[in-house]
Order: sequence, then C-alpha cells, then structure tokens
Amino acid sequence: MPTYQITVNGASKTVDVAEDTPVLWVLRDHLDLVGTKYGCGIGQCGACTIHVDGTAMRSCSLTLSQVEGKSITTIEGLSEDGTHPVQEAWKEVDVPQCGYCQAGQIMTASAFLASNPNPSEEDIENAMHGNICRCATYTRIRKAVQIAAENME
Amino acid sequence: MSTNPIHNSLSRRSFLRNSSLAGGGLLIGFNLFQACKPKVIQEPAIDLASLDYNDFNAFIKIADNGAVTIFSPNPEVGQNVKTSMPMIIAEELDVAWKDVYVEQGILDTNNYTRQVAGGSQSIRFGWDALRQTGAAAKQMLVSAAAARWGVDPSECTVSEGVITNAAGETLGYGDVVKEAAQLEVPEDVPLKKPSEYKIMGKPTPNVDIDEIITGKPLYGMDYKAEGMVYASVLRPTFGQKLVSYDDSEARAMSGVVDIFTIGEKVRELAEKEPSVLNIISDSDKVVVLANSTWEAMKAKNAIKAEWEEVTKPESTEEHDKILTGLLDGNKFDTRRSDGNVSKAFAEADQVLERTYESPFLPHSCMEPMNFFADITAEKVHLVGPIQTPERTAGFVSALLGRAPEEILLEMTRIGGGFGRRLYGDFAIEAAEISDKAKKPVKLVYSREDDMEDGIYRMSIKYRIKAGVKDGKVTAYHLKEAAVNSNMYGLVPNFFPAGAITNYQVDTASYQSNITTGAWRAPYTNFLASAEQSFFDELAELMEVDKIQLRLDLLDNVKPEEDESIQYSPERMKEVILTAVEKSGWGKKPDNVYQGFVNYYCHNSHVAEVADVEIENGEPVIKKITCVVDCGIVVNPLAATNLVEGGVLDGVGHSMYSELTFKDGKPTATNFDGYRLLRMKEAPIVETYFIDNGLSPTGLGEPTLPPAGGAVSNALKAATGNRLYKQPFTKTPELLKVPEKEIIG
Repeated sequence: MPTYQITVNGASKTVDVAEDTPVLWVLRDHLDLVGTKYGCGIGQCGACTIHVDGTAMRSCSLTLSQVEGKSITTIEGLSEDGTHPVQEAWKEVDVPQCGYCQAGQIMTASAFLASNPNPSEEDIENAMHGNICRCATYTRIRKAVQIAAENME
Repeated sequence: MSTNPIHNSLSRRSFLRNSSLAGGGLLIGFNLFQACKPKVIQEPAIDLASLDYNDFNAFIKIADNGAVTIFSPNPEVGQNVKTSMPMIIAEELDVAWKDVYVEQGILDTNNYTRQVAGGSQSIRFGWDALRQTGAAAKQMLVSAAAARWGVDPSECTVSEGVITNAAGETLGYGDVVKEAAQLEVPEDVPLKKPSEYKIMGKPTPNVDIDEIITGKPLYGMDYKAEGMVYASVLRPTFGQKLVSYDDSEARAMSGVVDIFTIGEKVRELAEKEPSVLNIISDSDKVVVLANSTWEAMKAKNAIKAEWEEVTKPESTEEHDKILTGLLDGNKFDTRRSDGNVSKAFAEADQVLERTYESPFLPHSCMEPMNFFADITAEKVHLVGPIQTPERTAGFVSALLGRAPEEILLEMTRIGGGFGRRLYGDFAIEAAEISDKAKKPVKLVYSREDDMEDGIYRMSIKYRIKAGVKDGKVTAYHLKEAAVNSNMYGLVPNFFPAGAITNYQVDTASYQSNITTGAWRAPYTNFLASAEQSFFDELAELMEVDKIQLRLDLLDNVKPEEDESIQYSPERMKEVILTAVEKSGWGKKPDNVYQGFVNYYCHNSHVAEVADVEIENGEPVIKKITCVVDCGIVVNPLAATNLVEGGVLDGVGHSMYSELTFKDGKPTATNFDGYRLLRMKEAPIVETYFIDNGLSPTGLGEPTLPPAGGAVSNALKAATGNRLYKQPFTKTPELLKVPEKEIIG
C-alpha cells in the first residue's frame, strides 16, 4: 500500500493506506480523529466537513492524493481549547440536540465566515444549506452563525 | 441526644444502596420505579471501582470536597435527558449546578423497568422519583450536620450544598458526607414548590456541549477497543434469502480479515422469541471483517451473492392499491365506537369524506446504525447507541444463551434515534458476529445499509368522514389502512373522541415483508396532519370559523364522565387561544396565509400556526408559531430546541420526504435520492410554553405530528388547493399560486 505524507491540524502524519481510502476514514480509523463524522459517504450531508487549506470540503469524497502537501484542519484542530468564535457561538446558543452533525456544521460555518466575515442572512442560509441536521436545529445554527460573525468582526 | 430524632423514624424503603466511597464520598442509588418496594441497604463499599453500578438506575456521588456526580440513567438521543434528568435531582439535592458532574449510567438488567428513550416519557415517568432521590440525599446530609452540631435538623437551612444552622455556623456537603452515608434513608421527604426552583426552569446548556463542539469521541461510531475489527454486513432485500455467495474478489482486498455468514443464531432465537423476526431477517447474511471501516464496506460491495425469493417482492404501487382496497372494503377492527355513525350519516344534512395518504419513511439518523460487541467466555460486552438497552440485552442474552448478569451494556451518546434505535437488530447482529469471530467487533452500517435495511415508518392512508346536522358535527368516522401495523390503544381516545356523539375509529392492515416500526411520534405523526386538515375543510363546508369549530367541539368533551378520554379540553383550549393571540391569527396582512392546528399526543397539548407568504410566485413557509403545554419545563433552553426541532421535522417530512419501493427495494439509497429538510427550507419557529406548574409531560414528539397539518392548512389558504398526499412536493401542481394572487 502506498504511503502518504499529510498535514493534519499542523502536525505531519504518515499514513499507509489503500489509495482510494477517503480522507474521512484516514482521519477516523487511522489517525483516531473521530470528531469528523460519517453521514452519507457521497458528499450530500456535510457531516464529514473539514478544511483543506482553509476551504470547507467533504472529507468522504477526498482521496489522500488530493490533500497531499495541503493543510488539513479538523474539528479537533479548529482551536486549541474550543474557543474559536464559531465554537463559542455554538455553545452560547446551545445548538445541538443529538449533536452528531454539529462538527460538520461548525467546520462549514467557520470556513464560510473566514471568507465572508459580514454575511447577510441569505449568505448564511446558502452556506449552510449543504449540511443536513435530522434533529432540525436549523434555527439555532442560523443564529449561532450570526453571533459568530458579529464576534469575529 | 446522641442521634437525631428524625433519623430514628426514617425508613429504609426505596433506596437500593447507600455507601461511602473511598475518599469519603456518598453514593446513593435510587430505583426510580420500585420506590415502593422495601429494600435493604447494603453494607457501605470502600472502593469506588468495586461498586456494582448495575444495581442502580440513577445515583448521586458526593466527594468530601463537595463535588457532586450525578449519573443519568436514560439513553441520550438528543432529547436532553442527560442534562435535564440530573437537573431534577440536583434541584432537590440543593447543590449548585456548576458543581455537578454528569455521567451516563449503564444498563441495569435486573432492576430497571424503564431505562428507555422513547415515547417522550423519560421526564414524565422520572419526575417524582428523581426529585425524591435528590431530596432524600439532602435530608440525610442535613441530618448528619445537625447531629454534629447537636441541633434539630429543622433548624438548618441549605443553599448550594452548604448547610447553615441557627447560630450561623456552616458545613459543606463534603464535610458531612461520611456521616450522612451511615444514616438510614428517609421516605416521604418534602419536595420543593416550583416557586423555590433554582436549577429547574433556568436555561441550562447541554452537559456534553464542550465535547460536541470540539469533536471528542461520544458516539457509538467513535468507540474503539483494543484488537477491534470492523464489520460490514450484506443483507437480503425484503422477502429474499441467501442461497450462495462468491467472496473471491473481496477476500483478496486489502485489510480484509475474514468473511463468513451469520443467521443461524437468529433462527434459533426466533424459535424461542418469534417476535425477533419483526426486526431482523432469518436469512443468512454475509459478514466482512476488516481492519478499517472503509475496507469492510468496500469488500462487502465486492461480494457477489445469489438470493432466492421467499415471499413476493413488493412495491409502492402495490401498497397504494392494497391500502385503498382496504379502505374501500369492510374488514376493519373497531378501536372505538360511540353512538351510531351510520344512523347519524343517514340523517345528516351534509357529509364530508376525504382520504389522506402518506409514504414510507426511513429514520435517517445522522449517525448510521452501529454497535460494538465483544463476546468472550468471560463476558458479553456491548457498547453503542440504543434506545432500548434492556430489551436489547435480553435479545442478546437469549441469542447467545448467556445469563443476563453476564451482559455489560454501555450506552453511548446517540446520533439520532427517532424510533429506529428502539430496535436492537444491529446489536443482535454485532453479538452474533463477535461470538462467531471470537473478536471484539464494531458493526457499521453504510448510509446505504441504513436506508435499505430499515425498520420504516409504514405507509398509511386515512379516510375521514363527518356528518353535519343543524349546524353541528354529529358524526365522525375515521378509517385507517396501514402497512403492517395500526394505531394502538390510546390514539382513538385522542381529540376529537368525546367531542362528537357518534364517533368511530376503524383500522385495517396489510402484512408486508418490509419491516416497519415506530418513527418519531408513532401512530400520530401523519394522523394529526390528516385530521387537522380535515377539520379545516369541515369548517369551510359548514361556513363556520375554523378556531370556533374546534373550541365548540371541545365544549362537548367531559373527561370526568368518560375516563378513556386522554386529553384535557381545558388545556387544549388554552393552547388554542394562546396560539391565536401569539400568532396574530386573523390579523395578518393580506400577503400572509395562515394555517391552524391543535393536537394532543404523548401527554402534551400543542397548537401551531403556520405562516405562508408568496415569493416569486411560490408559497414559502415563513414561520411556525408553536404553543406547548407540557407542564413544568425543566430546561427551557433544551425544551425550546426540541420544540423547534419537532416542528421543523414535521414540516420537512410532510413537505419533502418519501421512500418508495420497487422490486422489494427502496428506490433511494442515500441522501442524493431521498430528501430531508435543509437550511433554506426551514422556517422560523416561535415557541411559547404554558406556565401552569403541572407535572411535566412529553416533549420530544408532540410538536411534530400537527406541523404537517399547519403547513397543509396554510398552503390551502395561499394556493386554494387542498393537499391530501404527503409529501406535499409530490404534487407540485397543487403548490402553484393562482395567477391573480401573484398579480394581486
């Protein structure tokens, strides 16, 4: 099996996996970073969202060769101690119900706000539309993203 | 006075165990549902690790530094019980919530009667016992402090874990915990009045919030154990069984540890427990064990299997015809019958009859089904997301022929349940796999497995007929035709039972080979939408006010004369009138079209109003106002979240979601072909609770069923079209706004 050199949350990692292994499973099963969640495996639900060089991407649909030489950030590395403004806002609003999709929601929101610090309500809805929450915490996600945007100014 | 006088009158009833901990802790176990049975307090244990937690379903641990650990007994599926149940204990224990550490309790197969997440019942059933648990512990701590001071306990007061006597001296709970642990357990301790609550009623963040937002391992999917392998299972479609399989390609794939079949144990179990076949197939299934999830899933997809038809594969088209045939036929079971509907219809001035239809739905928990099992000669260790740990452990015990005491079942935080995880089919499979492989195994469903091997919300059709005479509703006849199972006992006694003299509920069902089961707010999740839509149409026919029609019907209800009536007409009226006020019903500008519903289920009363506006020629659901009477709200922060989620879940599934079958298989296998509500479609939800100080009732489910009706009634107002088929987007032509409306 090929060996890959990847950078995850600032640390260089060597992984030895089949070349078609999605980054999602490398993170979860090989690097013990289980904060990134499996929801659908086909890029439809957003539970597996990570940042690749700062851009939100679906880790279930990325192979290692696509991320080699790039910097991956997962929910575990978004901040050192859970104090990224988006995490703080999620906490302030108490967004989660079951909580399973929330890491993906937070990663989508944080990449979005980094590129659009003053979003309209419509911008927020468009940005978050790709992440499914079966508990339907959408009203709180909307509110938390707004609060995070205000706090990031 | 060497001992305190109250102490001597205290009884040992109710508590299972009372023991000091290493380091001077107090551990109190309280059996929620056997509180009236005498129990003997066991000898204090010394070592925390040696304690047998299986004897408890809720308990308190206080360290000598005053730190409090409260174990939460019920599975956490997102309904917030891991926060709200300990809040109830902490309230009566009188400690500061910031000093409380909450831990998930494990399954006790011996003593629990309801360690379940389902039916919106955790808080309702736990209410008295949880409060007693906290209050009894508090009284023991006060007694210990009073004894040390040589004063009467009645002279002491408590605030946030600090006991103060009349002289102003103070002792912390941690200071007296060792003495308190030696005292007998009081019974009938006084409980606080709602006006005295300091924790309950305060918005309290989820106890797992930090772990969730930083991605810590919490869920079954995240669980790992030394030497664990991953299992992916190839299952038959409905009505088939495995004949043979070719795994030569799969075996050659990387990471594959073993490939074998399971099924034998389930067949043996089915001889003892035939009901297990309602949730799991008796066919052989092919199991792939691999070193990683991806490798297991990939190799499973490379297996070539041959299947044999046992029963005929089914389709949505056939179900449609069968259910319509049942409604047209005369083979019904009558669930409730008041007066004489036939006679009343014959005498009626006007009769309205309408049929409402709903599809199959998968549960779509964001965390796919999974379970960990490690079966060895010494132990049966199960870990994972399960709403019914006790029943599931029972199945595994019977499956493996192991004593219930050998089973250790740990519950993880659950990434969505919605009823799917009431059924432990995946835990049974995991146990059979680990038993056969002699390895710790984590069974993981792919999303496709999750959607194709479901225990679905069944397709249901209702036909409702009402008769009107002299301006009054004189007859109401509801017929249900459902795949596999029908509404159960209590539902025919919900509104409008008792409100109409001639009232009848009949059911018929068709036995399918597709597995079906409970789905959030089972039995009413579509019924409420159908009935509430019907009431609107009835009001239109009668040319009466829609709200007034409902209030007039409620005037007829006399629960004191008919104890089968499940709902309170007074509480129902209050939610209706509050919703009228809060939603601005009838006072909105012309471009806002409103739809009204009221409903009772899971012991709570709810009214909702949907606001629809026209944007770019399309009706858009903008807002839902939801008024809930669920009694005392333990945690308003989470309760509001649950209400919003329940409403939106109801809006989403009634608008967008449908699983159809062809050749025995779902035609969609993932979220590309099956639609769930997403951000842009989610309206604002405004939530109001009725503050009446009554004991808490259900909250996880009751706001969902009426939401579809609110949407349907508002869309009718906006488009002029009645919607009879869910999901409503299935008939896009009925969601068109008449040309004049757009111009106007």
